[in-house]
Amino acid sequence: MGTYSTNEFRSGMKVMLDGEPCAILDNEFVKPGKGQAFNRVKLRNLNSGRVWERTFKSGESLEAADVMDHDMEYLYTDGEFWHFMEPNTFEQHQADSKAVGDNAKWLKEQDKVVVTLYNGAPLAVTPPNHVDLEIVDTDPGVKGDTANGGTKPATLSTGAVVKVPLFLSIGDVVRVDTRTGEYQGRSKES
Amino acid sequence: MTSSDWQPSASLSALQQRAELYRGIRDFFYHRQVSEVDVPSLSRAAVSDPHIDSISAQVSGETLFLQTSPEFFMKRLLAAGSGDIYSLNKAFRNGEAGRRHNPEFTMLEWYRLGWDDQQLMDEVAELVGACVALPSVERLSYRDIFQRELSLDPHTATVAELKQIAQQHSDIHWDDDDRDVWLDVLMTHAIEPRMGNGLVLVYDFPASQAALARTAIDSTGQVVARRFEAYVGGVELANGYWELCDGAEQAQRLQDDLVKRQAMNLPCYPTDQHLVSALHAGMPDCAGVAVGVDRLLMLVTGCSDIRELLAFPFERV
Repeated sequence: MGTYSTNEFRSGMKVMLDGEPCAILDNEFVKPGKGQAFNRVKLRNLNSGRVWERTFKSGESLEAADVMDHDMEYLYTDGEFWHFMEPNTFEQHQADSKAVGDNAKWLKEQDKVVVTLYNGAPLAVTPPNHVDLEIVDTDPGVKGDTANGGTKPATLSTGAVVKVPLFLSIGDVVRVDTRTGEYQGRSKES
Repeated sequence: MTSSDWQPSASLSALQQRAELYRGIRDFFYHRQVSEVDVPSLSRAAVSDPHIDSISAQVSGETLFLQTSPEFFMKRLLAAGSGDIYSLNKAFRNGEAGRRHNPEFTMLEWYRLGWDDQQLMDEVAELVGACVALPSVERLSYRDIFQRELSLDPHTATVAELKQIAQQHSDIHWDDDDRDVWLDVLMTHAIEPRMGNGLVLVYDFPASQAALARTAIDSTGQVVARRFEAYVGGVELANGYWELCDGAEQAQRLQDDLVKRQAMNLPCYPTDQHLVSALHAGMPDCAGVAVGVDRLLMLVTGCSDIRELLAFPFERV
């Protein structure tokens, strides 16, 4: 895969650190006018999600990680694995719960997602920033009840629970921001 | 590369603020009878400092070097009787790029005859204070700031002690037996972030970091370099010396740097023998300092990224 030197480090680059695939988040060049140059590098461990900050001497290098983002279509889950397909090659990949993590609650069949492959196997699944999901369960709205800021919990078709305005009811389709888990509005599709 | 990359990365108002800063600097020195000089960017000699890399250029079949500071040329002028002088011009350093670095940047450097580093620190405070309102001006020795922040004497601590404390402040997986490397880690990772927003002048550096400053013995009997650094908000703004005027010692330091470069597998370029000759001919006793003007402009504008203040940063040239 080759190596990258500290002066080539860019945000988003995937490298191996202590045997773990990592994404570079930030690379700061630090140098006293008359002294040793360093690079303070922030990296996210793509296995654990943990963020590291490590100091390198400028000019050190790290091995590139075989990590690639692929656009795929979410097919279905069999309870143990989540199945995805590359739309061009029809090649299918199965991701375990470690790779899918909390994002399982945003996966709707046939949605386009980003699957990150590490050495060819799914490492992480990123849903679209916004998904449209149907409300399958919620209390009937009570007029004038604003004690919770005028919201109530609603269970969506994927199992996610989000706060929605009181006037919504079962069967409505809502748009949710998957990065914050917040209700964005009623879907234009509903 | 995108189609908008032809455009400057600095706003037009940042370009104007730069122009005003230059005018302010030139006024400052005009009123103090310090004369501007314009020295070459290209030289047949390169800087010897192992931590600074020169950019070379092919000129009429010869390899020349873009200057990493105007220091050697200015010292030749001083030895020729120029009197107090300043230079406001470009300097070039290979491989330095980031939020606070650009491979070519603007350096203000000036020399005061008959002054020492302590007197020149006063003038640095006046210059910076004329550009930006300073909430405080603090002045302390390298030892004092290490003792205050880390309860450590930087002159007497062992390499093992320095390394252990450095590793508490940073995640480091390499080793080094050069104490100055660990002192640099501590200064940049532990001390600079705690300096606050005022001007901090740090003087009496370890003799091993003298660069081109003379060495002297401090009140505790420790040999120190009469070198200082100025910081604002933990950002290094200036580096100054009570200048080394001894030609023999200057020649020895250039030679020592070459030995270090060889040990570090770095290229060894020609050293400046004109500088040595000028010192032998007699350079007047003086103090000199270099200020990073882009950093000063960052302070004036409250900007945290040098690229927002450069008409065209390295990525767009």
